[in-house]
Amino acid sequence: MEQPVSSVQVTGRDNQAATTPIKVSARGVDVFYGEKQAIKSVSINIPSRSVTAFIGPSGCGKSTFLRCINRMNDLIDSCRVTGEILIDADNVLDRSVDVVLLRARVGMVFQKPNPFPKSIYDNVAYGPKIHGLVRSKAEMDVIVEQSLRRAALWDEVKDRLKEPGNGLSGGQQQRLCIARAIAVSPEVILMDEPCSALDPIATAKIEELIDELRQNFTIIIVTHSMQQAARVSQQTAFFYLGILVETGSTEFMFTNPHDQRTQDYITGRFG
Amino acid sequence: MSSVAHAPSPVPASRTADLVAASLKRRRRQETRFKAYGIGCAALAVLFVAILFGTILRSGIPAFFQAVMSVDVYFDPEIVDVGPRPEPSEFPTTAAYDAAYLAWQNELAGINFGRIIEAAINAELETPAASRDLRVIYASNERFRLRDMVQADPGLIGQTVPFELIAGADVDVWVKGNIDRSLPESQQQLTLVQQQLVDGMVEDGTMHNVFATWIFTNVDSRSSPATAGLAGAFVGTLYMMLIVIVLTVPIGVAGAIYLEEFAPRNRFTDLVEININNIAFVPSIVFGLLGAAVFINALQLPLSAPIVGGLVLSLMTLPTIIIATRSVLRTVPPSIREAAFGLGASRVQVVFHHVLPLVIPGILTATIIGVAQAIGETAPLLLIGMNAFVANVPSGIFDQSTALPVQLYLWAANENQNFFAARTSAAIIVLLAMMILLNGLAIFLRQRLQTRW
Repeated sequence: MEQPVSSVQVTGRDNQAATTPIKVSARGVDVFYGEKQAIKSVSINIPSRSVTAFIGPSGCGKSTFLRCINRMNDLIDSCRVTGEILIDADNVLDRSVDVVLLRARVGMVFQKPNPFPKSIYDNVAYGPKIHGLVRSKAEMDVIVEQSLRRAALWDEVKDRLKEPGNGLSGGQQQRLCIARAIAVSPEVILMDEPCSALDPIATAKIEELIDELRQNFTIIIVTHSMQQAARVSQQTAFFYLGILVETGSTEFMFTNPHDQRTQDYITGRFG
Repeated sequence: MSSVAHAPSPVPASRTADLVAASLKRRRRQETRFKAYGIGCAALAVLFVAILFGTILRSGIPAFFQAVMSVDVYFDPEIVDVGPRPEPSEFPTTAAYDAAYLAWQNELAGINFGRIIEAAINAELETPAASRDLRVIYASNERFRLRDMVQADPGLIGQTVPFELIAGADVDVWVKGNIDRSLPESQQQLTLVQQQLVDGMVEDGTMHNVFATWIFTNVDSRSSPATAGLAGAFVGTLYMMLIVIVLTVPIGVAGAIYLEEFAPRNRFTDLVEININNIAFVPSIVFGLLGAAVFINALQLPLSAPIVGGLVLSLMTLPTIIIATRSVLRTVPPSIREAAFGLGASRVQVVFHHVLPLVIPGILTATIIGVAQAIGETAPLLLIGMNAFVANVPSGIFDQSTALPVQLYLWAANENQNFFAARTSAAIIVLLAMMILLNGLAIFLRQRLQTRW
């Protein structure tokens, strides 16, 4: 169920997102690492089928917040998350939510390409296999091909599907990881600085891919590069010292930010 | 801060190169010196290993070759005076046959095969020797070898067959020169007559050295040291290692995986971890005491049995395997786990699909380290009675048995040092060969599994 947007935007400013349904909605999310609070009362609405970029200086909590959405922070013993994150109408932070199911709905691509030390085919097939999405080898072949095509990798690897995934170049590995994530057909894809380990050409390819993927997926991308945020995203959220300073349409954020800190950051005064 | 940044550098750019050049010599010298230390240490280590192996091989290899006499044995019907061997077909019931066979066996056991051997040796001599001298010359257990031959094939009675008669331990010492020949007769193991007898046989070729296969096939013997072998200890060690592997690998690996991948970090798991680390450093003899108290006294398991030895060694090996497995689990990059978790794999799936396949070579190495440690362990085995003299090959894990390192210990302590010093070294060679074989197997498996990924 996708709900219409309510005006819980931090800046309270209307933007284009107001016309699209909201996919992910966070309300008063706090994150603690032991005694230290890493995220302070973050509330944000993320529209469906679009790209939302989280920007901000290092250590501002944007990755931490991203990892709350598929509960990857559960893996860190000292980490405690409070508040609400709704995907459609379900609060993913609820104890009763099964993280296995959640992560099948919310895929993730990491900073460093991390293919499994298995073949290209097995990398893509792994998600559908463990979730029991296919019944036959033929169906699996279809999913693998589709996913690789959608990740714009098919033509480069179709003749060597049995070769190891870590034999590919860095950019190809990252696209393989994207193919692996979309093979499960998630609703949301989280990308944690997916291009920070890649060269400009590979980066351009991934950005192009992200732009295409937003037809089908809700994408949230954490990035260090404001140019990248400007290029690929429709919404931008600026994090600073654990708080969400400002969020709005990318166009507006980069041309006419509301907050002085956002202004300073995007003009390169700090960060 | 800015004033420091903008002040002129105390070292002008033109001088940097000079200063670096001046320090280069010193830095290079330092490097050379350090390298020399390293090479020196490595060389020293290699030297010690070479000395160790050299000494063991030098004193052990001759033990694999032992003096035998090639004689013709005549199974004199007058001496081997037994009835025909009972056949199963002659008896209505198996019980009747068994009784008859036992009676026949007893009859055979009563025969003095020593007389046959003495006659066979005398046949090779120009002047027959006295019985008391001959008895020293051959290994006394050879009588039983002849008896067993007849038992297996009664048709031999009345026939003459060529036979390699194993010489006695004292003769072997004399022939190999392991005793000072210039010592007076009173300090010699052989009398003057016996010495001449042996020398004569060596001269005419009747007595010569052959490869002593019986070291591997015979069990230990006290009355006949020349025929003593390692078979019992070898099989005992094999049983124990089997028990160790079967018990410690699944338990140790499962424990390590639980502690590393599943267990929450809290006071209890910390306690478990500290205890495991401590147990790894408990002196092995303490495990022997524990084994004696728990397995033998409380659980009433048999004394000197491989089952008890295996259990005790398992307790000792378990922490080693857990600690080593945990450390290889930590080498798996977290990115692999994240990737799998991110796709929605459960913890069990992450461990079994991604982590375990990567660490199997490491687990194998851990197992081998543990087993290699256990295989050479002697102290705890002494406390559970495995230093008993056992003259049988154990036929199961509940049979009385000894182990290779314990056999070594027993032989090293044998009063007949002239003979057993070399035998001990031979046993060391067998033990080392077993360990090298195990290590080789581990390396082989590791290579195989690593390339397969």
